[in-house]
Amino acid sequence: MPIKAPTELEKIARQVRKDAITMIYEAGSGHPGGSLSSTDILVALYFGGVLRYDPKKPNWPDRDRFVLSAGHYCPALYAVLAKAGYFPKDDLSTYAALGSALQAHPHNLSLPGIETSSGALGQGLSQAVGMALAGKMDNASWQVFCLLSDGDQDEGQTWEAVMLAAKYKLDNLIAIIDKNGIQIDGTTDQIMPLGDLAAKYRSFGWEAVEVDGHDTGGLIREIGGIREIRGKPKAVIARTIFGKGVSFMERNYAWHSKAPNKEELEKALEEMK
Amino acid sequence: MTKAVRDGFGEALAELGARNKDIVVVDADLKDSIRLSAFAEKFPERFIEVGVAEQNLAGVAAGLALSGKTVFLASYAAFSPAINWNTIRISICYSGANVKIVGAHAGLMTAEYGASHEGTEDIALMRVLPGMVILVPADFDRAKALTELAAGYKGPVYLRLARPETPLIKCGMQNVQCKIGGSEVLQEGQELTIVSCGPIITEVIKAISLIGQIGVELINCYSVKPLDKTTILRSAAKTGKVLTVEDHSVIGGLGGAVAELLAKEYPLPLKILGVPDVFGESARNWEELLGKYHLDSKGIAETIRRLLAKT
Repeated sequence: MPIKAPTELEKIARQVRKDAITMIYEAGSGHPGGSLSSTDILVALYFGGVLRYDPKKPNWPDRDRFVLSAGHYCPALYAVLAKAGYFPKDDLSTYAALGSALQAHPHNLSLPGIETSSGALGQGLSQAVGMALAGKMDNASWQVFCLLSDGDQDEGQTWEAVMLAAKYKLDNLIAIIDKNGIQIDGTTDQIMPLGDLAAKYRSFGWEAVEVDGHDTGGLIREIGGIREIRGKPKAVIARTIFGKGVSFMERNYAWHSKAPNKEELEKALEEMK
Repeated sequence: MTKAVRDGFGEALAELGARNKDIVVVDADLKDSIRLSAFAEKFPERFIEVGVAEQNLAGVAAGLALSGKTVFLASYAAFSPAINWNTIRISICYSGANVKIVGAHAGLMTAEYGASHEGTEDIALMRVLPGMVILVPADFDRAKALTELAAGYKGPVYLRLARPETPLIKCGMQNVQCKIGGSEVLQEGQELTIVSCGPIITEVIKAISLIGQIGVELINCYSVKPLDKTTILRSAAKTGKVLTVEDHSVIGGLGGAVAELLAKEYPLPLKILGVPDVFGESARNWEELLGKYHLDSKGIAETIRRLLAKT
């Protein structure tokens, strides 16, 4: 769990974005919008000193648990895990290929560093709550982090888990919501308005803060502050830009699940130089 | 003497809890009904109550299991795996989480509650999941044994429980250790193989005694998945006729599993007796409802007679 300087984090984030877009191009499929919106959050968690982990011992019992509920963000997560040293960076080129450990949606039994399986929205927070309950039973020092998307908020199961986390006062659980405002077929306002998410989480008994999801320094600071709060679960609502970093993808829902062509890839990489 | 399968489960669970500190129980507001109370009272720190939320039930169980716990999640078969099937599919099964899914009040034996509560599709739902083990106890004692077996096995298991008090099965090889993929031959015979699972076997036993038929070979196929292929095929080769009996839809259940096996390995006449492709309904007692579909001892006896008459 190396702690990098802010300029270094920016550099890593730029590379992660390039890797993710390249993977999606090479695979001919994947989800660029969410991968790019969540990149700075993932970089803050893995390289900003937030998560406790050891890539050489992916099953280290005292590691913090990271659950990616929005499994379709995995190109960014894979790029982060490779950078962190869980597997060789060359493996990224196998993303979604037949027989690859880098499945199109994350699978714990295929790839080290992945805690569980996701891809069907709404299941991540439940599993994170289960992990946090286990941590409490064992008086463990590790904490659980779960990254959710806007779409995850549509699923009733997420709110079942939100209620349960408050009931058991799971202060070893932090949910981070990548609020990019876009889902498959349009904006959240068009498909399913989420209203004031922070207020919703608070009304369910959680502590909640809102933060600019592209300000890694701010993310690290807010998470650092909120994780000290005892007696309740915590939510970080991270406001992000869908497709962040690639001008023609930003805020355009058409890029939810679409691979760039060669020309678009080159343009994207040029923009992220 | 009659005793409920669910009571055997509850007793075994409380005993297991004392022996194994890693066992955790997750409940969706059916603690008393599914006989989780003894465990909950003895080990409150290892009993998680999620409320009426079956999807979360499965997800939370997965998270606990992926953190090293041996988890029993419990609800009615009509709700779990019916409501939370995809959470069982991805969070539990695909992830390889060590979770025992307990589907209680299964089948038409839950007659008092009507179709909404009569899970007659649960075996089909679980059977299609890769790697899922399915265990169906036929009586109180076997419920205890299979609960222990499930706890000792590392990986997802579906344990199907019935509600009413049903007879204890005295015949059979009770000292033989039950195992994943095992079965027990309750009665040997030369003319007809009956493959069954769950407490409806006691109706089959009654049916056999009704007609005084000693030519029937009765197999308690408590492990519906994986199936004890060797025992079933050996018996089928001997008798040349197979009947399956279950308190579950005729589609996708034990009969379906046996049909798939025979079609591939040893095609021969097969009769699948179960709930036809219909929803259940309420009745004042379960014997009455089973009777409607010829699944009581009288109906089963008629089917046996017809099959034995055919050459």
